[in-house]
Amino acid sequence: MPCIEARGLRKAYGATVALDGIDLSVEEGHILGLIGPNGAGKTTALNAILGLAPYQGELKVLGRDPWTERDQLMRDVCFIADVAVLPRWLRVSQALDYVAGVHPRFDRAKAEAFLAKTAIKRASKVRELSKGMVTQLHLALVMAIDARLLVLDEPTLGLDILYRKQFYDSLLNDYYDRSRTIVVTTHQVEEVQHILTDLMFINHGRIVLDCSMEEFESRYLEVMVNPEHVPAARALKPMHERQVFGRSILLFDRVDRRELAALGEVRTPNIADLFVAVMGNQPGTPQGVAV
Amino acid sequence: MNTQSGATLGSPPGSNEIPAAALPPTPTRPMYWSIRRELWENRSIYIVPLVVAGVVLLAFLIATIGRAIVIVDPVEKAAVLAERNHFAAAVMMAAAFIVGIFYCLDALYGERRDRSILFWKSLPVSDLTTVLAKASIPLVILPLVTFVVVVAMQLVMLLLRSAALLMSGLSAATPLSLEQPVILLYSLVVLALWHAPLYAWLLLVSSWARRAVFLWAMLPPVVISVFEKVAFNTSYFQSMINYRLTGFAREAFAGGGHGGIDSLTQLTPGNFLSAPGLWIGLAFAAAFLLAATRMRRYREPI
Repeated sequence: MPCIEARGLRKAYGATVALDGIDLSVEEGHILGLIGPNGAGKTTALNAILGLAPYQGELKVLGRDPWTERDQLMRDVCFIADVAVLPRWLRVSQALDYVAGVHPRFDRAKAEAFLAKTAIKRASKVRELSKGMVTQLHLALVMAIDARLLVLDEPTLGLDILYRKQFYDSLLNDYYDRSRTIVVTTHQVEEVQHILTDLMFINHGRIVLDCSMEEFESRYLEVMVNPEHVPAARALKPMHERQVFGRSILLFDRVDRRELAALGEVRTPNIADLFVAVMGNQPGTPQGVAV
Repeated sequence: MNTQSGATLGSPPGSNEIPAAALPPTPTRPMYWSIRRELWENRSIYIVPLVVAGVVLLAFLIATIGRAIVIVDPVEKAAVLAERNHFAAAVMMAAAFIVGIFYCLDALYGERRDRSILFWKSLPVSDLTTVLAKASIPLVILPLVTFVVVVAMQLVMLLLRSAALLMSGLSAATPLSLEQPVILLYSLVVLALWHAPLYAWLLLVSSWARRAVFLWAMLPPVVISVFEKVAFNTSYFQSMINYRLTGFAREAFAGGGHGGIDSLTQLTPGNFLSAPGLWIGLAFAAAFLLAATRMRRYREPI
Protein backbone atom coordinates (compact mmCIF):
# COMPACT_ATOMS: atom_id res chain seq x y z
CA MET A 1 0.00 0.00 0.00
CA PRO A 2 1.41 3.42 -0.88
CA CYS A 3 2.00 5.71 2.06
CA ILE A 4 0.51 8.69 0.24
CA GLU A 5 -1.87 8.35 -2.68
CA ALA A 6 -3.41 11.40 -4.36
CA ARG A 7 -5.60 11.64 -7.46
CA GLY A 8 -6.46 15.01 -8.95
CA LEU A 9 -5.52 16.90 -5.81
CA ARG A 10 -6.68 20.47 -6.27
CA LYS A 11 -6.82 23.58 -4.15
CA ALA A 12 -7.68 27.15 -5.06
CA TYR A 13 -7.56 30.29 -2.95
CA GLY A 14 -10.15 32.45 -4.66
CA ALA A 15 -8.94 32.85 -8.24
CA THR A 16 -5.42 31.62 -7.47
CA VAL A 17 -4.92 27.95 -8.17
CA ALA A 18 -2.37 26.62 -5.69
CA LEU A 19 -2.66 22.96 -6.69
CA ASP A 20 -3.87 22.13 -10.15
CA GLY A 21 -5.02 18.54 -9.91
CA ILE A 22 -1.83 16.66 -9.10
CA ASP A 23 -1.42 12.90 -8.93
CA LEU A 24 0.99 11.62 -6.37
CA SER A 25 2.06 8.25 -5.07
CA VAL A 26 4.70 7.80 -2.40
CA GLU A 27 5.66 4.27 -1.40
CA GLU A 28 6.49 3.35 2.16
CA GLY A 29 10.17 3.59 3.06
CA HIS A 30 10.95 6.25 0.49
CA ILE A 31 12.45 9.68 1.05
CA LEU A 32 10.83 12.12 -1.33
CA GLY A 33 12.21 15.58 -2.00
CA LEU A 34 9.52 18.00 -3.09
CA ILE A 35 11.29 20.86 -4.83
CA GLY A 36 9.78 24.01 -6.26
CA PRO A 37 10.02 27.79 -6.29
CA ASN A 38 8.16 29.92 -3.77
CA GLY A 39 4.43 29.76 -4.31
CA ALA A 40 4.68 26.57 -6.37
CA GLY A 41 2.19 24.74 -4.15
CA LYS A 42 4.57 22.68 -1.98
CA THR A 43 3.20 23.82 1.34
CA THR A 44 -0.37 23.59 0.06
CA ALA A 45 0.27 19.98 -0.92
CA LEU A 46 1.82 19.19 2.45
CA ASN A 47 -1.04 20.90 4.31
CA ALA A 48 -3.51 18.74 2.43
CA ILE A 49 -1.50 15.59 3.23
CA LEU A 50 -1.44 16.56 6.91
CA GLY A 51 -5.14 17.36 7.09
CA LEU A 52 -4.45 21.01 7.89
CA ALA A 53 -6.35 22.44 4.95
CA PRO A 54 -9.33 21.32 2.89
CA TYR A 55 -8.80 20.23 -0.74
CA GLN A 56 -10.59 18.78 -3.71
CA GLY A 57 -9.79 15.42 -5.21
CA GLU A 58 -8.89 12.07 -3.72
CA LEU A 59 -6.25 11.74 -1.06
CA LYS A 60 -5.33 8.86 1.21
CA VAL A 61 -2.46 8.99 3.68
CA LEU A 62 -1.68 5.64 5.33
CA GLY A 63 -5.12 4.58 4.17
CA ARG A 64 -6.90 7.45 5.91
CA ASP A 65 -8.63 10.61 4.76
CA PRO A 66 -6.46 13.33 6.36
CA TRP A 67 -9.17 15.99 6.39
CA THR A 68 -11.71 14.04 8.41
CA GLU A 69 -9.32 11.83 10.40
CA ARG A 70 -6.50 14.22 11.27
CA ASP A 71 -6.29 13.29 14.93
CA GLN A 72 -6.17 9.55 14.16
CA LEU A 73 -3.66 10.10 11.37
CA MET A 74 -1.34 12.09 13.62
CA ARG A 75 -0.64 8.94 15.66
CA ASP A 76 1.42 7.77 12.68
CA VAL A 77 2.50 11.05 11.11
CA CYS A 78 4.97 13.64 12.34
CA PHE A 79 5.42 17.11 11.03
CA ILE A 80 7.97 19.93 11.29
CA ALA A 81 6.83 23.13 9.61
CA ASP A 82 8.76 25.81 7.81
CA VAL A 83 8.74 28.29 10.65
CA ALA A 84 9.23 27.63 14.31
CA VAL A 85 5.72 26.76 15.44
CA LEU A 86 6.50 25.76 18.98
CA PRO A 87 4.64 28.24 21.18
CA ARG A 88 7.04 30.71 22.73
CA TRP A 89 5.67 30.37 26.27
CA LEU A 90 6.19 26.60 26.36
CA ARG A 91 8.93 25.23 28.62
CA VAL A 92 11.09 22.37 27.36
CA SER A 93 9.90 20.17 30.25
CA GLN A 94 6.28 21.06 29.48
CA ALA A 95 6.76 20.17 25.82
CA LEU A 96 8.01 16.72 26.88
CA ASP A 97 5.17 16.28 29.38
CA TYR A 98 2.54 17.32 26.88
CA VAL A 99 3.68 15.17 23.98
CA ALA A 100 4.17 12.20 26.33
CA GLY A 101 0.66 12.82 27.65
CA VAL A 102 -1.14 12.92 24.32
CA HIS A 103 0.95 10.77 21.97
CA PRO A 104 0.67 6.99 22.29
CA ARG A 105 3.92 6.36 20.43
CA PHE A 106 6.18 8.88 22.12
CA ASP A 107 9.30 7.49 23.76
CA ARG A 108 10.24 10.07 26.36
CA ALA A 109 13.59 8.48 27.19
CA LYS A 110 14.62 8.80 23.56
CA ALA A 111 13.73 12.49 23.47
CA GLU A 112 15.59 13.11 26.73
CA ALA A 113 18.65 11.32 25.36
CA PHE A 114 18.59 13.46 22.24
CA LEU A 115 18.22 16.66 24.27
CA ALA A 116 21.09 15.61 26.52
CA LYS A 117 23.37 15.96 23.49
CA THR A 118 22.33 19.60 23.07
CA ALA A 119 22.76 22.69 25.21
CA ILE A 120 18.99 22.96 25.75
CA LYS A 121 17.99 23.28 29.41
CA ARG A 122 14.85 21.58 30.67
CA ALA A 123 13.59 24.72 32.42
CA SER A 124 14.04 27.06 29.44
CA LYS A 125 11.11 28.53 27.62
CA VAL A 126 11.02 28.32 23.84
CA ARG A 127 11.35 32.10 23.62
CA GLU A 128 14.72 31.88 25.38
CA LEU A 129 16.16 29.39 22.90
CA SER A 130 17.99 30.27 19.70
CA LYS A 131 16.36 29.39 16.41
CA GLY A 132 18.69 26.43 15.99
CA MET A 133 17.84 25.15 19.46
CA VAL A 134 14.10 25.41 18.80
CA THR A 135 14.58 23.24 15.73
CA GLN A 136 16.66 20.80 17.77
CA LEU A 137 13.90 20.65 20.37
CA HIS A 138 11.24 20.04 17.74
CA LEU A 139 13.42 17.39 16.15
CA ALA A 140 13.96 15.73 19.55
CA LEU A 141 10.19 15.55 20.06
CA VAL A 142 9.52 14.25 16.57
CA MET A 143 12.33 11.70 16.47
CA ALA A 144 11.11 10.14 19.71
CA ILE A 145 7.78 9.39 18.05
CA ASP A 146 7.55 6.04 16.36
CA ALA A 147 5.83 7.39 13.26
CA ARG A 148 5.41 5.92 9.80
CA LEU A 149 5.47 9.20 7.91
CA LEU A 150 7.54 12.27 8.64
CA VAL A 151 6.77 15.50 6.80
CA LEU A 152 9.38 18.27 6.82
CA ASP A 153 8.48 21.64 5.34
CA GLU A 154 11.67 23.70 5.02
CA PRO A 155 12.94 22.27 8.30
CA THR A 156 16.30 24.03 8.18
CA LEU A 157 15.13 27.46 7.05
CA GLY A 158 17.13 30.19 8.75
CA LEU A 159 19.55 27.80 10.42
CA ASP A 160 23.30 28.12 10.12
CA ILE A 161 25.24 25.53 8.19
CA LEU A 162 26.32 23.61 11.31
CA TYR A 163 22.75 23.04 12.52
CA ARG A 164 21.61 22.17 9.01
CA LYS A 165 24.24 19.48 8.66
CA GLN A 166 23.44 18.10 12.13
CA PHE A 167 19.75 18.08 11.33
CA TYR A 168 20.05 15.83 8.30
CA ASP A 169 22.71 13.64 9.93
CA SER A 170 20.41 13.01 12.92
CA LEU A 171 17.56 12.34 10.59
CA LEU A 172 19.44 9.69 8.63
CA ASN A 173 21.40 8.08 11.46
CA ASP A 174 18.91 8.14 14.32
CA TYR A 175 15.56 8.15 12.62
CA TYR A 176 15.36 6.71 9.16
CA ASP A 177 15.09 2.92 9.22
CA ARG A 178 13.87 2.06 5.70
CA SER A 179 10.32 1.35 6.85
CA ARG A 180 9.59 5.01 7.49
CA THR A 181 8.60 7.43 4.81
CA ILE A 182 9.92 10.99 4.71
CA VAL A 183 8.65 13.86 2.59
CA VAL A 184 10.85 16.94 2.66
CA THR A 185 10.62 20.32 0.94
CA THR A 186 13.61 22.61 0.95
CA HIS A 187 15.39 25.32 -0.97
CA GLN A 188 18.75 23.95 0.12
CA VAL A 189 18.54 21.25 -2.54
CA GLU A 190 22.20 20.28 -2.43
CA GLU A 191 21.90 19.32 1.25
CA VAL A 192 19.27 16.67 0.64
CA GLN A 193 20.46 15.30 -2.69
CA HIS A 194 22.37 12.42 -1.11
CA ILE A 195 19.56 11.35 1.20
CA LEU A 196 16.66 11.28 -1.27
CA THR A 197 15.29 8.17 -2.92
CA ASP A 198 12.76 10.08 -5.01
CA LEU A 199 12.56 13.50 -6.52
CA MET A 200 9.61 15.64 -7.49
CA PHE A 201 9.59 19.13 -9.01
CA ILE A 202 6.48 21.18 -8.62
CA ASN A 203 5.66 24.51 -10.25
CA HIS A 204 2.44 26.51 -10.62
CA GLY A 205 0.57 23.77 -8.78
CA ARG A 206 1.63 21.06 -11.23
CA ILE A 207 4.19 18.29 -11.03
CA VAL A 208 6.82 18.92 -13.69
CA LEU A 209 9.19 16.10 -12.80
CA ASP A 210 8.67 12.88 -10.89
CA CYS A 211 11.42 10.28 -10.82
CA SER A 212 13.45 8.07 -8.53
CA MET A 213 17.02 9.07 -7.78
CA GLU A 214 18.28 6.03 -9.71
CA GLU A 215 16.31 7.17 -12.70
CA PHE A 216 17.61 10.69 -12.16
CA GLU A 217 21.19 9.48 -12.20
CA SER A 218 20.81 7.34 -15.29
CA ARG A 219 18.63 9.74 -17.21
CA TYR A 220 20.28 13.14 -16.78
CA LEU A 221 23.84 13.82 -17.71
CA GLU A 222 25.81 17.02 -17.70
CA VAL A 223 28.68 17.56 -20.09
CA MET A 224 31.37 20.21 -19.87
CA VAL A 225 31.74 20.49 -23.62
CA ASN A 226 35.07 21.26 -25.25
CA PRO A 227 34.70 24.45 -27.30
CA GLU A 228 35.21 22.72 -30.63
CA HIS A 229 32.37 20.27 -29.93
CA VAL A 230 29.74 22.83 -28.95
CA PRO A 231 27.85 22.78 -32.27
CA ALA A 232 27.84 18.97 -32.26
CA ALA A 233 26.64 18.94 -28.67
CA ARG A 234 23.88 21.41 -29.42
CA ALA A 235 22.70 19.15 -32.22
CA LEU A 236 21.90 16.51 -29.59
CA LYS A 237 19.21 18.86 -28.23
CA PRO A 238 20.35 19.65 -24.68
CA MET A 239 17.59 20.69 -22.31
CA HIS A 240 19.75 23.44 -20.89
CA GLU A 241 23.00 25.24 -21.50
CA ARG A 242 25.02 27.47 -19.22
CA GLN A 243 28.43 29.08 -19.27
CA VAL A 244 30.96 28.61 -16.50
CA PHE A 245 34.39 30.23 -16.84
CA GLY A 246 33.87 30.53 -20.56
CA ARG A 247 33.06 26.83 -20.96
CA SER A 248 29.68 25.54 -21.96
CA ILE A 249 27.93 23.09 -19.69
CA LEU A 250 25.09 21.29 -21.40
CA LEU A 251 22.46 19.18 -19.68
CA PHE A 252 20.99 16.23 -21.53
CA ASP A 253 17.98 14.07 -20.93
CA ARG A 254 18.20 10.43 -22.10
CA VAL A 255 21.22 10.77 -24.32
CA ASP A 256 23.68 7.92 -24.54
CA ARG A 257 26.60 8.37 -22.15
CA ARG A 258 29.23 7.12 -24.65
CA GLU A 259 28.04 9.57 -27.24
CA LEU A 260 28.44 12.43 -24.76
CA ALA A 261 31.85 11.25 -23.51
CA ALA A 262 33.26 12.11 -26.91
CA LEU A 263 32.23 15.75 -26.46
CA GLY A 264 33.78 16.42 -23.07
CA GLU A 265 33.71 15.56 -19.39
CA VAL A 266 30.44 13.79 -18.39
CA ARG A 267 28.97 13.83 -14.89
CA THR A 268 25.69 13.54 -12.99
CA PRO A 269 24.18 16.98 -12.59
CA ASN A 270 23.16 18.16 -9.17
CA ILE A 271 19.48 18.65 -8.46
CA ALA A 272 19.80 22.42 -8.38
CA ASP A 273 21.11 22.50 -11.96
CA LEU A 274 18.39 20.18 -13.19
CA PHE A 275 15.88 22.31 -11.32
CA VAL A 276 17.04 25.46 -13.10
CA ALA A 277 16.94 23.61 -16.42
CA VAL A 278 13.45 22.22 -15.92
CA MET A 279 12.01 25.43 -14.47
CA GLY A 280 13.74 27.49 -17.18
CA ASN A 281 11.71 25.63 -19.76
CA GLN A 282 8.51 26.45 -17.94
CA PRO A 283 6.61 29.52 -19.05
CA GLY A 284 6.36 32.34 -16.60
CA THR A 285 9.39 31.41 -14.51
CA PRO A 286 12.21 33.88 -14.01
CA GLN A 287 15.13 32.48 -15.95
CA GLY A 288 18.66 32.45 -14.66
CA VAL A 289 20.13 31.68 -18.05
CA ALA A 290 18.70 32.38 -21.45
CA VAL A 291 19.31 29.50 -23.82
CA MET B 1 8.16 1.86 32.19
CA ASN B 2 5.15 -0.09 33.34
CA THR B 3 3.80 -0.46 29.86
CA GLN B 4 6.62 -2.71 28.77
CA SER B 5 6.22 -5.26 31.56
CA GLY B 6 2.46 -4.94 31.37
CA ALA B 7 2.49 -5.83 27.71
CA THR B 8 4.73 -8.81 28.26
CA LEU B 9 2.46 -10.12 30.99
CA GLY B 10 -0.66 -9.53 28.99
CA SER B 11 0.54 -11.05 25.72
CA PRO B 12 -0.07 -14.72 24.94
CA PRO B 13 2.84 -17.15 25.55
CA GLY B 14 5.38 -17.39 22.76
CA SER B 15 4.82 -13.86 21.55
CA ASN B 16 6.86 -12.02 24.13
CA GLU B 17 9.74 -11.08 21.84
CA ILE B 18 8.38 -7.67 21.01
CA PRO B 19 10.83 -5.68 18.91
CA ALA B 20 11.90 -2.39 20.41
CA ALA B 21 10.39 -0.40 17.56
CA ALA B 22 6.95 -1.89 18.07
CA LEU B 23 6.41 -0.98 21.71
CA PRO B 24 2.74 -1.03 22.57
CA PRO B 25 1.14 2.42 22.54
CA THR B 26 1.34 4.11 25.90
CA PRO B 27 -1.97 5.26 27.41
CA THR B 28 -2.76 8.91 26.77
CA ARG B 29 -4.96 11.51 28.44
CA PRO B 30 -5.54 14.17 25.76
CA MET B 31 -8.25 16.05 27.70
CA TYR B 32 -6.23 16.23 30.93
CA TRP B 33 -3.09 17.44 29.16
CA SER B 34 -5.02 19.88 27.00
CA ILE B 35 -6.34 21.54 30.15
CA ARG B 36 -2.87 21.50 31.75
CA ARG B 37 -1.60 23.18 28.58
CA GLU B 38 -4.17 25.98 28.97
CA LEU B 39 -3.05 26.56 32.55
CA TRP B 40 0.59 26.74 31.46
CA GLU B 41 -0.19 29.33 28.85
CA ASN B 42 -2.77 31.36 30.79
CA ARG B 43 -1.47 31.76 34.28
CA SER B 44 -3.95 34.58 34.85
CA ILE B 45 -6.52 31.81 35.46
CA TYR B 46 -5.15 31.35 38.99
CA ILE B 47 -2.98 34.43 39.45
CA VAL B 48 -5.80 36.95 39.05
CA PRO B 49 -8.08 35.29 41.65
CA LEU B 50 -5.13 35.08 44.06
CA VAL B 51 -4.22 38.74 43.57
CA VAL B 52 -7.83 39.87 43.94
CA ALA B 53 -8.16 37.75 47.09
CA GLY B 54 -5.05 39.42 48.46
CA VAL B 55 -6.45 42.88 47.76
CA VAL B 56 -9.80 41.95 49.34
CA LEU B 57 -8.02 40.65 52.44
CA LEU B 58 -6.01 43.84 52.70
CA ALA B 59 -9.18 45.90 52.42
CA PHE B 60 -10.80 43.68 55.04
CA LEU B 61 -7.82 44.18 57.31
CA ILE B 62 -8.11 47.95 57.04
CA ALA B 63 -11.89 48.30 57.00
CA THR B 64 -12.97 45.72 59.58
CA ILE B 65 -10.05 44.76 61.78
CA GLY B 66 -8.53 48.24 61.72
CA ARG B 67 -11.84 49.81 62.61
CA ALA B 68 -12.63 47.28 65.33
CA ILE B 69 -9.27 47.72 67.04
CA VAL B 70 -9.80 51.42 67.67
CA ILE B 71 -13.32 50.89 69.03
CA VAL B 72 -13.30 50.65 72.82
CA ASP B 73 -16.84 49.52 73.56
CA PRO B 74 -16.76 45.68 73.45
CA VAL B 75 -20.33 45.32 72.20
CA GLU B 76 -19.78 47.72 69.36
CA LYS B 77 -16.44 46.06 68.59
CA ALA B 78 -18.04 42.63 68.40
CA ALA B 79 -20.77 44.04 66.14
CA VAL B 80 -18.20 45.43 63.69
CA LEU B 81 -16.30 42.15 63.63
CA ALA B 82 -19.48 40.18 63.06
CA GLU B 83 -20.35 42.08 59.88
CA ARG B 84 -20.81 39.79 56.95
CA ASN B 85 -19.07 40.71 53.75
CA HIS B 86 -21.00 39.38 50.82
CA PHE B 87 -18.96 41.78 48.87
CA ALA B 88 -15.80 39.61 49.02
CA ALA B 89 -17.24 36.60 47.21
CA ALA B 90 -19.02 38.82 44.67
CA VAL B 91 -15.77 40.59 43.79
CA MET B 92 -14.05 37.24 43.29
CA MET B 93 -16.82 36.05 40.97
CA ALA B 94 -16.64 39.27 38.97
CA ALA B 95 -12.87 38.82 38.65
CA ALA B 96 -13.32 35.23 37.43
CA PHE B 97 -15.93 36.45 34.93
CA ILE B 98 -13.54 39.01 33.47
CA VAL B 99 -10.68 36.50 33.29
CA GLY B 100 -13.03 34.06 31.55
CA ILE B 101 -14.09 36.67 28.98
CA PHE B 102 -10.53 37.61 28.06
CA TYR B 103 -9.43 34.00 28.08
CA CYS B 104 -12.16 33.00 25.61
CA LEU B 105 -11.45 35.93 23.29
CA ASP B 106 -7.85 34.76 22.87
CA ALA B 107 -8.23 30.99 23.21
CA LEU B 108 -8.66 29.99 19.56
CA TYR B 109 -7.29 33.21 18.05
CA GLY B 110 -3.89 33.32 19.76
CA GLU B 111 -2.85 29.86 18.55
CA ARG B 112 -3.54 30.91 14.95
CA ARG B 113 -1.77 34.25 15.33
CA ASP B 114 1.47 32.73 16.66
CA ARG B 115 1.14 29.76 14.25
CA SER B 116 1.47 27.31 17.15
CA ILE B 117 -1.79 25.76 15.89
CA LEU B 118 0.42 23.90 13.40
CA PHE B 119 2.24 22.29 16.32
CA TRP B 120 -0.93 21.46 18.26
CA LYS B 121 -2.51 20.03 15.13
CA SER B 122 0.52 17.87 14.46
CA LEU B 123 -0.38 15.82 17.54
CA PRO B 124 -3.17 13.27 17.83
CA VAL B 125 -5.60 15.55 19.67
CA SER B 126 -8.94 16.16 17.99
CA ASP B 127 -10.41 19.61 17.43
CA LEU B 128 -13.34 18.64 19.66
CA THR B 129 -11.04 17.74 22.56
CA THR B 130 -9.20 21.02 22.13
CA VAL B 131 -12.34 23.15 22.02
CA LEU B 132 -13.90 21.32 24.99
CA ALA B 133 -10.68 21.72 26.98
CA LYS B 134 -10.73 25.44 26.26
CA ALA B 135 -14.44 25.71 27.12
CA SER B 136 -13.81 23.92 30.41
CA ILE B 137 -11.59 26.78 31.58
CA PRO B 138 -14.44 29.31 32.15
CA LEU B 139 -17.06 26.61 32.82
CA VAL B 140 -15.20 24.32 35.24
CA ILE B 141 -11.67 25.41 36.08
CA LEU B 142 -12.30 29.08 36.91
CA PRO B 143 -15.33 28.28 39.14
CA LEU B 144 -13.23 25.65 40.95
CA VAL B 145 -10.33 28.06 41.42
CA THR B 146 -12.76 30.72 42.64
CA PHE B 147 -14.35 28.29 45.09
CA VAL B 148 -11.04 27.23 46.61
CA VAL B 149 -9.70 30.79 46.83
CA VAL B 150 -12.91 32.21 48.33
CA VAL B 151 -13.17 29.46 50.95
CA ALA B 152 -9.51 29.98 51.86
CA MET B 153 -10.09 33.73 51.99
CA GLN B 154 -13.08 33.32 54.29
CA LEU B 155 -11.08 31.06 56.58
CA VAL B 156 -8.34 33.68 56.82
CA MET B 157 -10.98 36.34 57.58
CA LEU B 158 -12.44 34.14 60.29
CA LEU B 159 -9.03 33.68 61.87
CA LEU B 160 -8.39 37.44 61.77
CA ARG B 161 -11.78 38.14 63.34
CA SER B 162 -11.21 35.60 66.08
CA ALA B 163 -7.75 36.95 66.77
CA ALA B 164 -9.12 40.49 67.07
CA LEU B 165 -11.90 39.33 69.38
CA LEU B 166 -9.63 37.22 71.58
CA MET B 167 -7.12 40.06 71.89
CA SER B 168 -9.93 42.22 73.24
CA GLY B 169 -10.82 39.55 75.77
CA LEU B 170 -14.01 38.56 73.98
CA SER B 171 -14.97 35.04 72.92
CA ALA B 172 -13.89 33.82 69.49
CA ALA B 173 -15.85 34.61 66.35
CA THR B 174 -18.85 32.56 65.32
CA PRO B 175 -17.73 29.29 63.80
CA LEU B 176 -17.84 28.99 60.05
CA SER B 177 -21.21 27.74 58.92
CA LEU B 178 -21.34 25.02 56.32
CA GLU B 179 -24.05 26.98 54.58
CA GLN B 180 -21.61 29.48 53.15
CA PRO B 181 -19.52 27.09 51.01
CA VAL B 182 -22.71 25.44 49.76
CA ILE B 183 -24.18 28.81 48.76
CA LEU B 184 -20.90 29.70 47.09
CA LEU B 185 -20.74 26.44 45.15
CA TYR B 186 -24.37 26.80 44.09
CA SER B 187 -23.77 30.36 42.91
CA LEU B 188 -20.71 29.32 40.92
CA VAL B 189 -22.54 26.47 39.20
CA VAL B 190 -25.49 28.77 38.43
CA LEU B 191 -23.20 31.41 36.96
CA ALA B 192 -21.24 28.93 34.84
CA LEU B 193 -24.36 27.31 33.41
CA TRP B 194 -26.11 30.63 32.84
CA HIS B 195 -23.13 32.28 31.15
CA ALA B 196 -22.13 29.17 29.16
CA PRO B 197 -23.58 30.51 25.85
CA LEU B 198 -21.71 33.77 26.40
CA TYR B 199 -18.33 32.03 26.76
CA ALA B 200 -19.16 29.68 23.88
CA TRP B 201 -20.01 32.64 21.66
CA LEU B 202 -16.66 34.27 22.46
CA LEU B 203 -14.85 31.00 21.68
CA LEU B 204 -16.66 30.81 18.36
CA VAL B 205 -15.69 34.36 17.40
CA SER B 206 -12.16 33.63 18.60
CA SER B 207 -11.98 30.63 16.28
CA TRP B 208 -13.23 32.63 13.33
CA ALA B 209 -11.95 36.23 13.45
CA ARG B 210 -8.73 37.18 11.71
CA ARG B 211 -8.30 40.28 13.86
CA ALA B 212 -10.14 42.42 16.42
CA VAL B 213 -11.84 39.48 18.14
CA PHE B 214 -13.45 41.70 20.78
CA LEU B 215 -15.02 44.00 18.18
CA TRP B 216 -16.37 41.07 16.17
CA ALA B 217 -17.82 39.59 19.35
CA MET B 218 -19.58 42.85 20.24
CA LEU B 219 -20.69 43.83 16.76
CA PRO B 220 -23.63 41.45 16.14
CA PRO B 221 -25.44 42.16 19.44
CA VAL B 222 -24.93 45.91 19.08
CA VAL B 223 -25.99 45.99 15.42
CA ILE B 224 -29.08 43.87 16.06
CA SER B 225 -30.10 45.99 19.05
CA VAL B 226 -29.68 49.26 17.16
CA PHE B 227 -31.43 47.90 14.09
CA GLU B 228 -34.38 46.70 16.15
CA LYS B 229 -34.64 50.03 17.94
CA VAL B 230 -34.54 52.06 14.72
CA ALA B 231 -36.70 49.77 12.58
CA PHE B 232 -39.40 48.73 15.08
CA ASN B 233 -38.75 51.00 18.04
CA THR B 234 -38.62 47.94 20.30
CA SER B 235 -35.82 46.51 22.40
CA TYR B 236 -36.58 42.82 22.76
CA PHE B 237 -33.07 41.85 21.72
CA GLN B 238 -31.51 44.23 24.22
CA SER B 239 -33.63 42.84 27.05
CA MET B 240 -32.73 39.31 25.94
CA ILE B 241 -29.03 40.18 26.25
CA ASN B 242 -29.64 41.74 29.66
CA TYR B 243 -31.52 38.63 30.74
CA ARG B 244 -28.59 36.50 29.59
CA LEU B 245 -26.14 38.59 31.59
CA THR B 246 -28.06 39.01 34.85
CA GLY B 247 -31.21 36.84 34.61
CA PHE B 248 -29.65 34.08 36.70
CA ALA B 249 -30.29 36.15 39.85
CA ARG B 250 -34.06 36.01 39.67
CA GLU B 251 -34.15 32.42 38.38
CA ALA B 252 -31.78 30.92 40.93
CA PHE B 253 -32.30 33.00 44.10
CA ALA B 254 -35.43 34.00 46.00
CA GLY B 255 -36.05 37.71 45.60
CA GLY B 256 -33.28 37.97 43.02
CA GLY B 257 -30.67 37.62 45.74
CA HIS B 258 -30.89 41.30 46.64
CA GLY B 259 -29.19 42.25 49.89
CA GLY B 260 -26.97 39.18 49.92
CA ILE B 261 -27.64 35.49 50.40
CA ASP B 262 -27.25 34.20 53.93
CA SER B 263 -29.39 31.12 54.02
CA LEU B 264 -29.95 28.01 51.97
CA THR B 265 -33.64 28.86 51.95
CA GLN B 266 -32.90 31.69 49.52
CA LEU B 267 -31.68 29.21 46.89
CA THR B 268 -34.26 28.12 44.34
CA PRO B 269 -32.60 25.33 42.36
CA GLY B 270 -35.94 23.91 41.23
CA ASN B 271 -36.93 27.21 39.73
CA PHE B 272 -33.51 27.60 38.10
CA LEU B 273 -33.52 24.13 36.56
CA SER B 274 -37.01 24.62 35.19
CA ALA B 275 -36.24 28.03 33.65
CA PRO B 276 -36.45 27.74 29.85
CA GLY B 277 -33.76 30.43 29.67
CA LEU B 278 -31.23 27.99 31.16
CA TRP B 279 -31.89 25.21 28.65
CA ILE B 280 -32.17 27.50 25.64
CA GLY B 281 -28.86 29.04 26.67
CA LEU B 282 -27.20 25.63 27.02
CA ALA B 283 -28.49 24.60 23.59
CA PHE B 284 -26.94 27.74 22.12
CA ALA B 285 -23.71 27.04 23.99
CA ALA B 286 -23.52 23.52 22.52
CA ALA B 287 -24.20 24.86 19.01
CA PHE B 288 -21.54 27.56 19.34
CA LEU B 289 -18.97 25.06 20.60
CA LEU B 290 -19.68 22.65 17.74
CA ALA B 291 -19.34 25.52 15.28
CA ALA B 292 -16.05 26.54 16.90
CA THR B 293 -14.80 22.94 16.57
CA ARG B 294 -15.61 22.93 12.89
CA MET B 295 -14.06 26.37 12.46
CA ARG B 296 -10.81 25.24 14.08
CA ARG B 297 -10.51 22.50 11.49
CA TYR B 298 -10.92 24.95 8.60
CA ARG B 299 -8.98 27.94 9.84
CA GLU B 300 -5.33 28.25 8.95
CA PRO B 301 -2.68 30.32 10.72
CA ILE B 302 -3.19 34.04 10.23
